[in-house]
Amino acid sequence: MYAFDYHRPASLAEVARLLASREDAKLLAGGQTLLPTLRQRLAQPTDLVDLAQVDELRGLRAVDDGLLVGAMTTHHTVSASPVARRVIPALAELAGGIGDPQVRNRGTLGGSIANNDPAADYPAALLALGATVRTNKRAIRADAFFTGLFETALDPGELVTAVQFTRPDRARYLKLRSQASRYATAGVFVATFGTAVRVAVTGAGACVFRWTDAERALAADFRPDVIDGLTLDPGDLNGDIHASAEYRAHLVKVLVRRAVNQC
Amino acid sequence: MPITVSLTVNGKPASREVEPRTLLVELLRDHLGLTGTHVGCDTSQCGACVIHLNGRSVKSCAVLAVQAEGASVLTIEGLATPDGTLHPMQAAFREHHGLQCGFCTPGMVMSAVDLLKQNPRPSETEVRDWLEGNLCRCTGYQNIIKAVLACAEATAPAASAG
Ligand SMILES: Cc1cc2nc3c(=O)[nH]c(=O)nc-3n(C[C@H](O)[C@H](O)[C@H](O)COP(=O)(O)OP(=O)(O)OC[C@H]3O[C@@H](n4cnc5c(N)ncnc54)[C@H](O)[C@@H]3O)c2cc1C
Ligand code: FES
Ligand code: FES
Repeated sequence: MYAFDYHRPASLAEVARLLASREDAKLLAGGQTLLPTLRQRLAQPTDLVDLAQVDELRGLRAVDDGLLVGAMTTHHTVSASPVARRVIPALAELAGGIGDPQVRNRGTLGGSIANNDPAADYPAALLALGATVRTNKRAIRADAFFTGLFETALDPGELVTAVQFTRPDRARYLKLRSQASRYATAGVFVATFGTAVRVAVTGAGACVFRWTDAERALAADFRPDVIDGLTLDPGDLNGDIHASAEYRAHLVKVLVRRAVNQC
Repeated sequence: MPITVSLTVNGKPASREVEPRTLLVELLRDHLGLTGTHVGCDTSQCGACVIHLNGRSVKSCAVLAVQAEGASVLTIEGLATPDGTLHPMQAAFREHHGLQCGFCTPGMVMSAVDLLKQNPRPSETEVRDWLEGNLCRCTGYQNIIKAVLACAEATAPAASAG
């Protein structure tokens, strides 16, 4: 690992000051992606700014029509939270299926969505639930937040402070795990709000996306077989040693049908 | 710029000057001589380095030493009693041949101890799910699962009589 300076600020204002004054400072949340990356010398930040002491980034609570979850909330906390389980059970279940228990004890919501790994789980939840990402500067709708492969709408010096989720009427997240990495070979999050249906797909493309054809068909008639005639273009999907693009296109359909069935 | 880290390791206070890039597992192994915690990968996937940080299992290769400031750490060396009596989980691994080369064992044991703290009577499926982050290249897992279930059987508070 290359050398860096370490900071443990206690407030958002101090974090912002550090990010602005250091040459190439990076935020450290749960470290479950960043530290393995640094160990392999795939990045060389001058400074790490540890968010662990920043109170403003903590907390998980029910709000009027959903949940407000602080950026530093661990996957374990979300999965075990009685409030999360009551308000949006599919979200708690998703968090409980990330990686393994040790990763869930450290990894955070903010770190996961800021990283925007194409196979990560949380991005699918944010997109399907129409969540709002709160930062130290503004509020960003999930539809505008995930912009590409490991890319988000965050500006330099901007950090995620919390995510606001709206409670759906029905929701379900299903993924096929890669046996080696535990990430999603493909994962789908299906949510309904009144007559509207949202279907988010992760693991299959370069970035999480909504399958709008399926959404329209399901909004007209919320039954698994209404998507039978639809196809995703494998040309837009990932193919790798774990699964071909054609297989992923098929898998997404199977998962959506199952998710609808279990909603 | 070196930083002083002070923490509690296996019940005893410890304080060392480390570089910020020093991993917790390096502090334990190289600075404190506690080599029972192993390093099996570069990607934080194998679980050989699992320890307890403030009572919860974590991968000590994915935590910086400076992040453990003020924390309480338990390693495999802290499980047995001072007179050498094995922890029930260690005893169960020995009894049920839950190890062959032993490389994954400290992490397996630390992870399994955390499981029984959360869930004293896990099902076989729950044990397998929990050990998702611990890889073993020798045993095929069968006897590891057996050991964890036997330990649960031996140590769980008796289900209400009747
Ligand atoms: C073995 C293993 C298995 C895993 N399996 C899965 C899986 O199945 N599904 C899954 O989704 N993930 C998986 N992960 C990733 C895990 O969920 C990580 O915890 C997560 O991707 C990053 O969160 P973190 O808190 O650890 O962030 P860190 O590693 O600390 O940071 C990640 C990145 O986000 C930035 N960042 C952190 N917090 C903020 C913030 N508040 N605002 C802006 N930027 C920020 C950092 O600067 C860094 O660039 C796995 C990881 C491991 C090691
Ligand atoms: S050494 Fe492999 S997970 Fe830590
Ligand atoms: S006993 Fe050899 S790796 Fe598990």
